[in-house]
Amino acid sequence: MTDSKKVIEILLRIAREMEEQKDFLTELDNVIGDGDHGINMARGFAEVQRKMDTLSEQDIGAILKSVGMTLVSTVGGASGPLYGTAFLKAGMTIGAKNEIEISDFLAALNAAIEGIKTRGRSTIGEKTMLDAMIPAYEVMLLAADSGEPDCRKVLDAGVAAAEAGVEHTKTLVATKGRASYLGERSIGHQDPGATSFTAMLKVIAESF
Amino acid sequence: MVGIVIVSHSEALANSIVELTKMMADGACIAAAGGLEDGSFGTSYERIKQAIERVYSLDGVIILMDMGSAVMTTEMVLEEYEDERIRMVDAPIVEGAIVATVDAVNGSSMDEMLEDLSGVRSTAKFG
Repeated sequence: MTDSKKVIEILLRIAREMEEQKDFLTELDNVIGDGDHGINMARGFAEVQRKMDTLSEQDIGAILKSVGMTLVSTVGGASGPLYGTAFLKAGMTIGAKNEIEISDFLAALNAAIEGIKTRGRSTIGEKTMLDAMIPAYEVMLLAADSGEPDCRKVLDAGVAAAEAGVEHTKTLVATKGRASYLGERSIGHQDPGATSFTAMLKVIAESF
Repeated sequence: MVGIVIVSHSEALANSIVELTKMMADGACIAAAGGLEDGSFGTSYERIKQAIERVYSLDGVIILMDMGSAVMTTEMVLEEYEDERIRMVDAPIVEGAIVATVDAVNGSSMDEMLEDLSGVRSTAKFG
């Protein structure tokens, strides 16, 4: 069970994590993209961090929607509309709740994935964040459905699947985004978006 | 007159495309939304909105984008407005801007411009 206060705490931790991962994500993006993923994510989440104080009385849906709009307005790269849409859809799915269970989190993640697929006109196997998100979601759904009572175990399984997904992106040819201009030359490099999602999921697993 | 917005990752490129259209269509109602507020490369949600508002009229607004976040961010701005008169077009940005501005100053309607812009991609440069 996670309440609004905890959700804000998690978002603040994600903001710190994005700041810490800034150079690493930018480095990854320098190789196969336009070299701004780390800077953009750190800028977007720094703004999220500033907004959090004003949201402490809000329900979880409103908090997540506000994160989405903040990312769209401040990120400046493709991760803005993509993560922005993800958080907006997650917020809409959770709605006016002040407490959520793992099942709510999974429903929100599913909506986030569908939102990203539509926004990016993308699917699994194209060397994008979806290659971490979809396997993580599927593993967590399976664990939750099989009656695993410990949500930390469910989330940890998700993190492991996301990490494996990031590894798998090294073997993929990019067909979406700026990396697609590199074609075969994108092989051997991990996707920055899949990497930033995995970092976020890790924070969530540690704090949910 | 139909308004036109140019969305690019680069502030200089967006401004230059606007500049270039003056060669043939000085007087078009066109605005640039290039780069981020601090001048770096990227797409600014706020700049796209401001540019749309500068050229908006009941005749409509046509938006041309370069790629990636320029397309996706524009799409999200349009979802906020929910206005049928504001449309984004998938066309080469430079040639599209020339065609759109020439059409606009000659009094073309939104539908006529959309039709003309749909042919821009297949216009050969080598006769």
